[in-house]
Amino acid sequence: MFTLERRVEQSKSWLVFSPIMAIALTILSGIIIFSVLDKDPWMSLYTFFIQPLTTGFGFTELIVKATPLILIGVGLSIGFKANVWNIGAEGQFTMGAIAGGGTALFLNTQESFLVLPAVLLMGIFGGIVWGMIPAFLKTKFNANEILTSLMLSYVALLILSYLVHGPWRDPGGYNFPESEIFSDFAMLPILLEGTRLNLGTVFALLSVLIIYILLSRTVLGYQFKVVGLAPAAAKHAGFDRAKLIWLSMIISGGLAGLAGISEVSGTIGQLLPSVSPGYGFTAIIVAFLGRLNPVGVLFAGLIMALTYIGGENAQIEIGLPAAVTGLFQGIILFYLLACDVLARYRLRYKPFLKARDRE
Amino acid sequence: MKLKKSFGFIVMAVAMLGLSSTLSSVSHAETKVGFVYVGPIGDHGWTYQHDRARLAVEKALGNKVKTTFVESVKEGPDSERVIRQLASSGHELIFTTSFGFMNPTLKAAKKFGNVKFEHATGYKQAKNVGTYSARFYEGRYIAGVIAGKVSKTNKIGYVASFPIPEVVRGINAFMLGARSVNPKMSISVVWVNSWYDPGKEGDAAKALIDQGADIITQHTDSPAPLQVAENRGVKGFGQASDMIKFAPKAQLSAIVNNWGAYYVERTKAMMNGSWKSQDVWYGLKEGMVEMAPYTNMPSNAAALAKKTEEAIRSGDLHPFTGPIKDQSGKLVVEAGKIADAGMLLGMNFYVEGVQGSLPK
Repeated sequence: MFTLERRVEQSKSWLVFSPIMAIALTILSGIIIFSVLDKDPWMSLYTFFIQPLTTGFGFTELIVKATPLILIGVGLSIGFKANVWNIGAEGQFTMGAIAGGGTALFLNTQESFLVLPAVLLMGIFGGIVWGMIPAFLKTKFNANEILTSLMLSYVALLILSYLVHGPWRDPGGYNFPESEIFSDFAMLPILLEGTRLNLGTVFALLSVLIIYILLSRTVLGYQFKVVGLAPAAAKHAGFDRAKLIWLSMIISGGLAGLAGISEVSGTIGQLLPSVSPGYGFTAIIVAFLGRLNPVGVLFAGLIMALTYIGGENAQIEIGLPAAVTGLFQGIILFYLLACDVLARYRLRYKPFLKARDRE
Repeated sequence: MKLKKSFGFIVMAVAMLGLSSTLSSVSHAETKVGFVYVGPIGDHGWTYQHDRARLAVEKALGNKVKTTFVESVKEGPDSERVIRQLASSGHELIFTTSFGFMNPTLKAAKKFGNVKFEHATGYKQAKNVGTYSARFYEGRYIAGVIAGKVSKTNKIGYVASFPIPEVVRGINAFMLGARSVNPKMSISVVWVNSWYDPGKEGDAAKALIDQGADIITQHTDSPAPLQVAENRGVKGFGQASDMIKFAPKAQLSAIVNNWGAYYVERTKAMMNGSWKSQDVWYGLKEGMVEMAPYTNMPSNAAALAKKTEEAIRSGDLHPFTGPIKDQSGKLVVEAGKIADAGMLLGMNFYVEGVQGSLPK
């Protein structure tokens, strides 16, 4: 029988090496899968992982796709560090889009440079409010935030659906469920002409920097970490657990809201019945893939984005099925977790010995 | 030790696979046509039919064309990227086959002026963007006529996706058809807020049957509601494609979307330089809407269905001919008049007989 034993001494180099090992194993598995599918494995890997980066457009698209994942993932990692399980970033993202997008629609005839800041602030505010509800329920009634935040996601999605099917529907749009298109004053400026790279990416980079400093250089960041690693010690030290729950929900909610409004006024330009292809949920994977470290999340977001874009490219160039995208995401995550486990634990084969024999 | 050995074997096997393969070369002689799908090609409904039409293009034009498709593309920013990627990789004509691709198609079309785009079910055109849609309501009216003949409980269960005009028009056409043979018919609608979610679609069908419906029809893309009808011993209709395989005892007919002829025609037009942006709305007459064989019903019902189909095809019968009353009993189309294009395209009311209120 195999058992896992915690390694007494964890090798520092293996902990660093394990993500690289995971990617190498993913590529190996990819080669086998592509061969089974009767596709040239090297060509397939090239179109999946490299070719999207060889054009300027592809490269900027990678960043555009990674931006919401990074923004949300960075926020989530704070809460996850403190054992606050905000699973509802999808809802906070959507609420950010609703509050910010609603502001944009309300101010759609205003030609002022103050429109965009108002839209962005309302977006962040929407996400914060949606994050504060689970925080309130948790601190007041000890309600499980995994459930409340997840359920609130569906509430937010249905509110958006109601708004674009009803009151916010474009009057000139034949009753199709889409809002009016935002005026240019509500749109995030494009950073590079001809691409869709917009100011949202700058927000993502700033959030990585700020959260990194918060976690590594401040007392507050230290408290987040201690609460997660050793709740008893944190209590003993007098850390206010309720405050940390509130703060982590506000930060992760606010960043998810910012991601939502950045997506709506960065790439979409109007409200639709659904504004997210599941970014809030994918970002949970991104946060763990990045080991709850802001810089790690930055890279994890880029890798995750590459699997999406590579999947599309592989469909266009070599006719691979869309399911390959999900397959690769699963494989990467699987190997990463497996390598992590094996870096911390070791696999031991223990024959079924009688208890007496072992003594 | 064993583990190490087998690992080494895998590495060797992989290395050999790598050596035996060479980079394939792609020829650029043929014209490239791209397709963007909202669902998986195996949905057996909407996307499945678009993909059959793509294959029809390949069959008709042989090695003069090369087609490419991207499936399960999310409406929103992802679709704009996919469309732009297709346009920038040499595709000269691109079909974007879902309403939600409308604005992304137009945005991409602005960037790629010499690529032609065809967008399904939208209402915005540009110099290089044409739109096309099918008069599915013609088929729905026929389905309604059949339901009116076959139903014993006089109740129809309708699994619907989103309350957009297209779907509301289908519900109303079905109701008008059913009431044309049996004024006691009524429709209950369940909105599942999805185009493709077999679990939800099936649950909705079960709930409707529990409420007494003995005819199930759906405006979603999977065969799940029809499969539920088959299991529960009631009747139903196929959607988008002939789904008789999924419900040999339950399917009365199916409204089949046939895009093949149009895709071939437009691809040819693009190749010989005669392609121009247009807005078409084809129906039974042009063959974009077809009815699957009338099965599992008495012969008089099938005969009436055939007669109705012929009347619509020849133009003698328009499903939206007055008198049409809305739910409140208000006359919205006078007797003998036909609903105008504006009312058809922007339909946002239920006709008499549909239960519940339209989500607004």
